[in-house]
Amino acid sequence: MSMLSGIAAATLSKDLRLEWRSKDAINSMLFFALLVVVIFSFSFNPTAEESRRIAGGLVWVAFLFAAVVALNQTWARELRNQVLDAYRVSPAPANALFLAKAFGNFIFVSVLEALMTPLFIVFYSLRALGPVWQLIPVAVLGTWALVVNGTFFAAMSLRTRSREIMLPLLLFPISIPALLAMVEATSAILTGEVSAKFWIVLLVAYDVVFTTGCLLLFETVLHAE
Amino acid sequence: MKRVFPLLGGLTAVLLSYALYQALVVAPTDQLQGDVYRIIYYHVPSAWTAFVLFFVNFVASIVYLIRRSAKADMIALVTAEVGVVFCTVVLVTGPIWARPVWGIWWTWDLRLTLTLVMWLIYVSYLMLRRFSSSGQTPVMAAVLAVFGALDMPLVYFSIWYFRTQHPSPVIGGGGSIDPVMLRVWMINWAAFLCFALMVCWSRYRLERLQREVEEMQALESMIEPRSAR
Amino acid sequence: MVPSDSERFQHGYRPPVIVINDLVKHFGRFAALRGLTASFDAARIYTILGDNGAGKTTLLRALAGLVRPTRGCISVLGTTDLSSVRPQFGYMAHPSLLYDEMNGMENLRYFARLYGIEDDQRCSKTIARVGLDPELRRPIGQYSQGMRQRMSLARALLHDPKIFLLDEPFSNVDVSSAREMVKLLAEMRDTGKTILVVTHQAQLLEGAADEYVRMQAGQIVDRTLELQPLRSPWQGQDPHPGGAEER
Repeated sequence: MSMLSGIAAATLSKDLRLEWRSKDAINSMLFFALLVVVIFSFSFNPTAEESRRIAGGLVWVAFLFAAVVALNQTWARELRNQVLDAYRVSPAPANALFLAKAFGNFIFVSVLEALMTPLFIVFYSLRALGPVWQLIPVAVLGTWALVVNGTFFAAMSLRTRSREIMLPLLLFPISIPALLAMVEATSAILTGEVSAKFWIVLLVAYDVVFTTGCLLLFETVLHAE
Repeated sequence: MKRVFPLLGGLTAVLLSYALYQALVVAPTDQLQGDVYRIIYYHVPSAWTAFVLFFVNFVASIVYLIRRSAKADMIALVTAEVGVVFCTVVLVTGPIWARPVWGIWWTWDLRLTLTLVMWLIYVSYLMLRRFSSSGQTPVMAAVLAVFGALDMPLVYFSIWYFRTQHPSPVIGGGGSIDPVMLRVWMINWAAFLCFALMVCWSRYRLERLQREVEEMQALESMIEPRSAR
Repeated sequence: MVPSDSERFQHGYRPPVIVINDLVKHFGRFAALRGLTASFDAARIYTILGDNGAGKTTLLRALAGLVRPTRGCISVLGTTDLSSVRPQFGYMAHPSLLYDEMNGMENLRYFARLYGIEDDQRCSKTIARVGLDPELRRPIGQYSQGMRQRMSLARALLHDPKIFLLDEPFSNVDVSSAREMVKLLAEMRDTGKTILVVTHQAQLLEGAADEYVRMQAGQIVDRTLELQPLRSPWQGQDPHPGGAEER
């Protein structure tokens, strides 16, 4: 277990260092996220009351698009010079690599969300009528739901032709319940009309089920060749 | 085994025509909906058949992940393909039935939505099979099938709760099921299952032959460089 | 039938390190390996020769556990569970298997962690051993091809494996770098390592290599102790007509 977390930590810090050095992905991603927010904002220009009802859907669909672009970059660095093979011939556990990548993506997507959210609030003049603090568990659980499967399916689509398009094709159908939960929970909190409890519980269940599934099957996927 | 196949074909033909007769002639006309309701004799058994096929696909995928047998992989492939066809029938006949009866094409009904999500997942499954590089297709597909199966209960609960929050036109559930209706359903289901089995079987044989041919070609070909991997 | 280890020891043999039996690998319609059977012993350098597409790279990848054989069996150090002997492989592929954006020391430090090695001394010693400067701060992306290949070799020998699988280690490497790498390989052979080198430049290994293995169309067609006269002019220029000893 300590070997797992040690290697995961080493891989994560290596990824963060490389990202910090090149800043390729983060810059383009930030700009992409900004574009998504702006385009969504003038495509739908609702009144404050309407916007409360639709904002949950808009925000999460925008996050989803931004996340997919980010997730597609997950394994790009490991493919250059086939470094992934160096990992695969080593005795390091496959799940350490998976966890490092999933946490890396979680940090990455969270940063994007943290920057997009204020813009949404400004453009839509959003003000929540329900318990605002509940948005935090929804955001954390929802982001992990997208990221854990996204990291996994990105690894699966490494071995496909037209890799970039394959990720959303695999990720979106499986993510439907999670997406529904995020959208409904956010809308419930913003309008304050109903409780978001059920959706938060559903997100917890989704995260637990798929994190377990990913950890059980990642080794199979990594060594599938 | 070869002699069983024509027998199965004959049985399927007899069952299908008997089921057609039952559905169109024997089953009573619905008082409220008129003759249009008879489409449910195709809609519902198709759904059940699709579910059975997807379940077989799930079991075969698990078996593949454990044993790595090519047989299990081929069973998973053919049941997914045929299952998607039956699922498509459900999704097409649903709106055709819904429009004249409730005046709407689509509603986020629990069963309908569940079927739609299942269809989406299995279409992505077939896409993955098509696009992944050949040696790894079976593993990737089996993993995705397991993920799809894990997803179904979550989809079920999310839509169930979603529906309680967003009331939509009341659907079906109109009283108890007529025993005649149930019988016709069962006959149709049996016919569809036989038909599905037949299609799966011939598709399976085709797939096996195709793989054998591929293997022969592989052994015979003077190997092309195929970009040094 | 391969004799068991104890039988071999009784007769004063060392058991072969790698035993391959009827190995087949298909990529779709292409067979990269077609029923390859061979064994490789400790303390020897094997040079694997053959045209493009003969299956050399696939053979190395199958041994390293990177590709799963379609059929057949590989046994390494007495086990067929290749994942259990992963620490015993030093693998070098045609690409460098290094991160271009990090310098040599950072790269090795990361790969050392994957093998449970936390000792920075060992990383710098390994870099010095391949003739590079551990203090060099330049990212690998700015190295010359020869330096990069040497750093790649350092990555492969960092964890002191028993078996080396080297795929084209000398491609685009200047002759003096290549000679140094060969010298290092010979030293390691003398400490009992098994070394398999796939290369188009067999003449670089003359004098160091113990055996030449020729592959064709996914099979081993010839194993000789001397470099054979060749059909393709670019593969070497040292004909020993009829002088080769068949194994």
